[in-house]
Amino acid sequence: MADIKLKVSSSPHIYTTESVPRIMIAVALSLVPATIGAVYFFGLRAAMLIVLAVASAVGTEALCQKIRGVPVRISDFSAVVTGVLLAFNLPANAPWWMAVLGGAFAIAVVKELFGGLGFNIWNPALAARAFLLASWPTSMISSGDFPAPRAGTLSGLNLESISQATPLQFVKNVIAPLLQNPSEAAPAQLEATRTALERMQGLDYTLSLFWGKVGGVIGETSVALLLIGALYLLVKGYIDWRVPAGYVGTVALLAWVFAGPEGYFTGNVMLHVCSGGLILGAFFMATDMVTSPVTRKGKWIFAVGCGVLTLLIRVKGGYPEGVSYAILLMNTVTPLIDSYTKPKIYGGS
Amino acid sequence: MSAWKVFARGLWDEVPLFRLVLGLCPALAVTTSLVNGMGMGLATTFVLLGSNLVVSIFRKVIPGKIRIPAFIVIIASFVTVVDLLMHGYTPDLHKALGIFIPLIVVNCIILGRSEAFASKNGVGYSLLDAAGMGLGFTMALMILGGVREILGSGSLAGLPVTPESFRPVLLFILPPGGFIAYGLLLAAFNKLERNRSAD
Repeated sequence: MADIKLKVSSSPHIYTTESVPRIMIAVALSLVPATIGAVYFFGLRAAMLIVLAVASAVGTEALCQKIRGVPVRISDFSAVVTGVLLAFNLPANAPWWMAVLGGAFAIAVVKELFGGLGFNIWNPALAARAFLLASWPTSMISSGDFPAPRAGTLSGLNLESISQATPLQFVKNVIAPLLQNPSEAAPAQLEATRTALERMQGLDYTLSLFWGKVGGVIGETSVALLLIGALYLLVKGYIDWRVPAGYVGTVALLAWVFAGPEGYFTGNVMLHVCSGGLILGAFFMATDMVTSPVTRKGKWIFAVGCGVLTLLIRVKGGYPEGVSYAILLMNTVTPLIDSYTKPKIYGGS
Repeated sequence: MSAWKVFARGLWDEVPLFRLVLGLCPALAVTTSLVNGMGMGLATTFVLLGSNLVVSIFRKVIPGKIRIPAFIVIIASFVTVVDLLMHGYTPDLHKALGIFIPLIVVNCIILGRSEAFASKNGVGYSLLDAAGMGLGFTMALMILGGVREILGSGSLAGLPVTPESFRPVLLFILPPGGFIAYGLLLAAFNKLERNRSAD
């Protein structure tokens, strides 16, 4: 007995008729509405970025698997999903080679070097986004460079003075410094900010966030289209409702309590829930089966952790948006969460 | 063991960074350019030569029970010397390497050579061992620093080497890029070694 070497494959260890390709194809299908939306809002350039990222991810996967001498499994669609999600994280005016390099990095460094599908610690698309953001920050976040979507404006507000930022960038880079030193700002500027803040509380504004009439990276803007895909995955049972519920719920609660410009319990909940990459991240990236906990309790811990970190970065951190780093950090502690929430075996101590 | 073998061991078979995986802290922290890598490597080599020499001379009088503190005192003396010398003669490099110069004192390669070699061998062999290990470490730091500088800054030793259109991969001169570049180089060295031993 002692000499037998048993190989433990990665969890979960439950037999099912579901297969990796079936799940991955479903995930790819669920991204179709948002993909169509991305092309509608940001034009053919968005389509080009998506195609390039997918081609690069799939090509790199085939190449890596060939080099490693394992069967080439690009038909399982997992690289396609990674490619689409990566492209969703690029601004529409990102140079074409960023999609290609990002796709290659996601698959080669983050996924295949760790052993391929099921063994990666981080979500490949998000880690590749972090790679691109660290390497070419000006192409990823410089606020003035984000293109405005069709039928909308960058900030979602029809105010001349503040057309240069996405909602979260506006909150972070314009409003926060202004309200901290109101005496230094010109009265007209202060007035415009107050008008903007007021308008951001309104239903019209929330609706334009919901439909996607705001700026951002190509796949994150339309909450409605993302939710259609997410609903499909929830009904199919491929993603667990606990993760998005815990994640979005935590962000909403903390945003209400802490993110208000005028003290506690004045935060704009809908702004924080519907803008930035929260919906995309909570439903399509935090739910990644490989990089999130297996147990139910673990999923709650993971989701709440993502929510706390996201809001912490948005309100206190250096970046306007924190979804990607929040999920990556929680990916990192996922094995730890899993080992602490492992159910006790009956009769065991 | 022949003198040549004592010297050459540090250059390939036991090159600290890639074969023994020792000395990672300075290796990852300061190798953002070729020159930084070389500076750190040579400073370490200097300390290594000094400490191996003195430890080897006094190896019979250092009591076994307190040998580690004794080694550390010897190493710290040479680190102080190199720190002040660099501060005086290469202030820019001194500034770039910063805290990592005093930290040479805890570099495990140096303590490792004192413990594993200099405390058991004569002065001549100990110096050869220090030279081999030091040059091997310097070489490895220069490779790592060179790769990171080309990718992360588009230059080598401060001179531009990439075409205008190349936009440097900033990540490679940041800490995560250090880990990634080191990991990939380590894999390449393992592959080379495997091919060599297969022949």
